[in-house]
Amino acid sequence: MNKPTTPNEGYSAANEVTLVKARRSFLQNTWRTLKTAPPTAWFGMVVITMYLIVALFAPLLAPYGESEVFPMAYAPWSHEFRLGTDALGRDVFSRLIFGARNTIGIAVATTFLAFLIGGSLGVMAAISRNWLDQVLSRFVDVLMAIPSLIFTLMLLSIFGSSAINLIFIIAVLDATRVFRLTRAVALNVVVMDYVESAKLRGEGLVWIMRREILPNIMPPLVAEFGLRFCFVFLTIAALSFLGVGIQPPTADWGSMVRENAGLIQFAEYDLTAALTPMIPAAAIALLTVAVNFVVDWFLHQTSGLRDEH
Amino acid sequence: MSTNEILLTMRDVRIDGFSDDRWHHIIKGVDVTLKRGEILGLIGESGAGKSTLGLAAMGFARPGCKFVGGSIEFDGIDLLKLNDAELRNLHGSRIAYVAQSAAASFNPAHRLINQTIEATVAHGISDLASAQKDAVELYRDLQLPDPENIGQRYPHQVSGGQLQRVMTAMAMSSRPDLIIFDEPTTALDVTTQVEVLTAMRTIVEKYNTAAIYITHDLAVVAQMADAIKVLRYGETVEDAPTRQMMSDPKEAYTQSLWAVRSIEKPPQPAIDSILEIKQVHASYGNSVKVLNNVNIQVPRGQTLAVVGESGSGKSTAARAITGLLPPLEGEILFNGKALPAALKNRSKEQLKSIQMIYQMADTAMNPRHTIRDIIGRPLNFYLGLTGQALDQRIMQLLLLIELDESFLDRYPNELSGGQKQRVCIARALAAEPELIICDEVTSALDQIVQEGILKLLLRLQEELGITYIFITHDIATVRAIADQVVVMFQGKVVEQGSKEDIFKPPYPEYTELLLSSVPEMDADWLTQLQEKRAG
Repeated sequence: MNKPTTPNEGYSAANEVTLVKARRSFLQNTWRTLKTAPPTAWFGMVVITMYLIVALFAPLLAPYGESEVFPMAYAPWSHEFRLGTDALGRDVFSRLIFGARNTIGIAVATTFLAFLIGGSLGVMAAISRNWLDQVLSRFVDVLMAIPSLIFTLMLLSIFGSSAINLIFIIAVLDATRVFRLTRAVALNVVVMDYVESAKLRGEGLVWIMRREILPNIMPPLVAEFGLRFCFVFLTIAALSFLGVGIQPPTADWGSMVRENAGLIQFAEYDLTAALTPMIPAAAIALLTVAVNFVVDWFLHQTSGLRDEH
Repeated sequence: MSTNEILLTMRDVRIDGFSDDRWHHIIKGVDVTLKRGEILGLIGESGAGKSTLGLAAMGFARPGCKFVGGSIEFDGIDLLKLNDAELRNLHGSRIAYVAQSAAASFNPAHRLINQTIEATVAHGISDLASAQKDAVELYRDLQLPDPENIGQRYPHQVSGGQLQRVMTAMAMSSRPDLIIFDEPTTALDVTTQVEVLTAMRTIVEKYNTAAIYITHDLAVVAQMADAIKVLRYGETVEDAPTRQMMSDPKEAYTQSLWAVRSIEKPPQPAIDSILEIKQVHASYGNSVKVLNNVNIQVPRGQTLAVVGESGSGKSTAARAITGLLPPLEGEILFNGKALPAALKNRSKEQLKSIQMIYQMADTAMNPRHTIRDIIGRPLNFYLGLTGQALDQRIMQLLLLIELDESFLDRYPNELSGGQKQRVCIARALAAEPELIICDEVTSALDQIVQEGILKLLLRLQEELGITYIFITHDIATVRAIADQVVVMFQGKVVEQGSKEDIFKPPYPEYTELLLSSVPEMDADWLTQLQEKRAG
């Protein structure tokens, strides 16, 4: 921002007026952004961090093993069993903690896979704009025309409900949404001169996808990742509740709701017993809300809306 | 024409803008006095604060800006003391605004006439029927074709020049006392620009409207304005009546605004051709031919300028040469050998020898890559440079384009327009090409920056013997740097020859029109041209 003192004396290209952003490290930038985050976003971030800690350190935090069976089934809340035991005599509190690991882990893996498939095909379709684009787009239309929960149930009954099958089937079906979004945002970038310039240089498809296009479509994809994660998470919980998702003895919140659902009817005799199936359900709801808060804030950040001045 | 009644007084206006966590001074105390019916030209390079000052004359600071001092008095009203509702009442009734890009300012879903009269009717100045009648009258004044029916069309159904005139009609519909024109002809071809300028001047004179005309083209402002104010860094450099400013500019900076016209390139005889385009036909899809039997020879080590208005096929010719649009018929010879028509059939060596520089440097560089990445990539890709050799070569190239190492880790949006274009030149040079295609590389830049870029290109040609194909619609630029000139019109080559031959009368009809439409540094130029074309 230095400028010649007398007009035009010694015009130099390097001295033209520009606005150079102060150089900051990644950490400084992150902190500056976090400082302006609204309370809802903070709430979301704190909740997500807590879930992650629970998921990562489950064996250390849980008092008992994931499928350790005790002689007393349906034990009430006590010092020994914080949230009682279930029909088979397994500690509900421990299973809740291990459930975080399984449910979140599978949901994250599925979302990643969905983005890998949908994202790369979407960018490829946007670059090619030829028969490949047509074939992929129409195939996606067909997949999206079938109600996804029913389709998932059908595929799971064909292939069997193992965790791997669950991840692949939900990922492929969810990749259709990711494909559409990626293709739409990439189309705006593909027409830029710098992409044409890379093509003229003779760059390959992968380089153009990864270096020229991907960095410019990241913000909407990151936001979509958060939202997709919520949907995948809810789908897995729903499937488990229906009994075709994560299979016992693996602990997971959806099946825990189903297994203990019968206890709700005892609410008038023992309130804590009725709460047992509600707690995993609340855990699902809380994480979904927290992720949405953070995504909302992130979208507002990247939309470039300036409301502070 | 102007009476002595003062319409607008701006005293010591100061405006700050907020960016990167700080407030910067954008306007640092500027005075403006405008009489009724007077036209003031505001000129200066981008970032000088012209548009901000123009909007300030309406009592408006754009988002992220605020008034920090001074007073703005419009016909006895202190604009800075009005609240939003009162200001809105004034805007569109007594003060109007004509934006640079008419295409972006119109709603594509409404008919032109409804948009023209919307403000007038909304402000209750006139009723629907009389407003519509008046709009047709304005269309006629602005010499729009078929004034009775053109209002029924949608924005995409008229040309850019016509749209800009409709926008002027919209501004005039309430017969405002003051109109702000913000670079209204910058995006137009020279041949269209003349029509729009004439129309604007006529209508402003007819209704005795005061105007502030913002532009970076001194020749244009000379035709329109009674007085000129030169701005730089948010301060007034010089202030004078137009004729006095033209004949006797006081400040060195004002004198430098003539600069591009001072470059002279001695003519050189053509030796052999580096590139030959032979009977090329091309089209997009199955539509009309965009190139129709085009033959062009590009002399080695020299500059071939391709001129013509938009739609003449000059950029399509470039796309055919680069292989982005394989021609339907004909061939392109490079160093005597035929180039494969399609990009993907060309060898790395062939791709390396033909490089391209784009009009909009903003979109030609990936905003997420640093300057180091941008210049380094072709070095690594074509020449296989890595590590220290790569760094050294990047530095050499930066020095060649007169920038320094502080630019290495910046992102494109931290560069000025001229600097961006220089980086694009460095990227093209990095490939060590024999031929560079420059597609309107200076048309988005200010005069003084243009001059710098053109001088740089000429110097590089002398030092490295590079051949340029220079696509432009700016005749002044052609005069400055070309050896050979090709004139294109509707997909055909009208003329090819040396610069002297092309610019020597007699001209073919189209060349004549093109040449006569270039504004000259003469306040009477437009008036004389009007008389000549009428007579």
